[in-house]
Amino acid sequence: MLSEAAIKELEELRQKYPNARAALLPAIYIAQREFGWASPDAYEAVSEALGVPKAIARGVGTFYAMYKHKPMGRNIVQLCTNVSCMILGAEKLVDFLKNKYGLEPGGITPDGRFSMVIMECIGACGTAPAMLVNDDFYENLTEKSLEEILGKYK
Amino acid sequence: MEKVLLKNIENPNSADVNEYKKAGGYSSLSKALGLERKAIIEEVKKAGLRGRGGAGFPVAMKWTFASADPKFPKYLLCNADEGEPGTFKDRPILEKNPHLLIEGMAISGHALGAEFGYIYLRGEYPEAKNILNRAIKQAYDSGLLGDNILGKGIKFHLAVHQGAGAYICGEETALIESLEGDKGQPRIKPPFPVNVGVFAKPTVVNNVETLSNLPHIIEIGGDAYSKIGSPECPGPKLYCVSGHIEKPGVYELPMGTTLREIIYTHCGGIKGGKKLKAVIPGGATTPILPPDKIDCPMDFVNMPKHGSMLGSGAVIVMDESVCLVKVCYRILKFLEHESCGKCTPCREGTGWLRNILERLESGKGADGDIDLMLSVSGNMMGKTFCPLGDGAASVVQNFLKHFRPEFEEHIKDGKCKFK
Repeated sequence: MLSEAAIKELEELRQKYPNARAALLPAIYIAQREFGWASPDAYEAVSEALGVPKAIARGVGTFYAMYKHKPMGRNIVQLCTNVSCMILGAEKLVDFLKNKYGLEPGGITPDGRFSMVIMECIGACGTAPAMLVNDDFYENLTEKSLEEILGKYK
Repeated sequence: MEKVLLKNIENPNSADVNEYKKAGGYSSLSKALGLERKAIIEEVKKAGLRGRGGAGFPVAMKWTFASADPKFPKYLLCNADEGEPGTFKDRPILEKNPHLLIEGMAISGHALGAEFGYIYLRGEYPEAKNILNRAIKQAYDSGLLGDNILGKGIKFHLAVHQGAGAYICGEETALIESLEGDKGQPRIKPPFPVNVGVFAKPTVVNNVETLSNLPHIIEIGGDAYSKIGSPECPGPKLYCVSGHIEKPGVYELPMGTTLREIIYTHCGGIKGGKKLKAVIPGGATTPILPPDKIDCPMDFVNMPKHGSMLGSGAVIVMDESVCLVKVCYRILKFLEHESCGKCTPCREGTGWLRNILERLESGKGADGDIDLMLSVSGNMMGKTFCPLGDGAASVVQNFLKHFRPEFEEHIKDGKCKFK
């Protein structure tokens, strides 16, 4: 079940569109936030709230990379490795995360502190290599700055 | 050149409606609301404005088609899904100058007779989402959006729709599918969105940068605007430069500035004074160019004559330390991941090309692999609904056209010498 606040948020969102179906993408975002990931229960809640069949909600949701279909860590390290980041050393940062935190692309640390996702260009190419931790941008990364930044996330 | 798109962004409060108004903002909207719809489209036509998303389609033509369709309501969609690797040009507008975009959309909405607009924003820009939502609220509170804009009886509503991480949604019909709450898979055309777009209504999809040109066109008039930059393709242009470059960033320059000027005059040349090896001039899927081909005017008309495309104006500069087989592999890995799966040549072709390139890069390339890649890419070209498949084929063909010996060397040596 979605919380009352989430249902209200969804109702407001719904008013932005001429039909309920168009609110599907934002609804999955809300459910993902509520349930921690785009879980079967999250899709059940979206389906109920919008009157969209669960199979369709899930079918659409799984097309998109930013809905997480497995439990995630408390903080999501989203590191870009596309061309501009790659040629400025992003792969070394991938290795660093692996060696220092045991964090593999698509993986999670045993304590649930971090998950890691390889991103396909986050629009920070001029300040590469770059990443998002949750909703925060970090740019011009080095191994040292990466370690300092991650230290802030518990 | 006087800044148009990045005007006033050094002001730390540039995203605030009052700061924007102080710098002359929203006076063009006021002017435009007093003009006939056709008169605005006529100014845009005189301005020669072309879509800045990549295709360079004449904006006035698109608008004329949508205006002529008798169906209502009409929709105006802003494509803020910039996902082409190397592209970060729309981000400063979205984060620092959101009212320029909102004003541009309100003007465009009036010109089209569209009463509803959406900004389809990529999911990877959470900061821009907050800034845009705040700016939209300010615009509503100031009577610049809503049922009765500036008391002139004109209606335009605007909302942000957040994407969820799919490159393909930058393609306009995939964007429409996604906005309707579906998978982002492109539609076959015709019908074109100008007739049957979002919610089956006439729809115009324009890029952030395109719409942000509208206030200036209304302010100075189409004729004056058409004197900026290339005569065939006028206006200011945002070039975003990344990679091995001294001063990476977003540069607003006259359309048609040459690639050489961008790299050496404006961006301070190659990082550390090293030698230039190659440039991708318009985002990862545009044809790569070798160092002797960079005297090309960066606009939609001239770039194809010089063997590439302007694309999104995303210049990726690479010095001699870069392995181009690896870069080519990385781009194909990206395209394989982002192929929506609808058209077989793209869905399968991107995977096979990635597979072969991965083999080459890891030193396991075989004789005949290059011909195989040319054969696979030849079987993709022109055989898909949207340009993703063509783009993938073209990446491989152009890397091979200019840098074939490096690929052959990987096969002959059985290793990558850059590792």
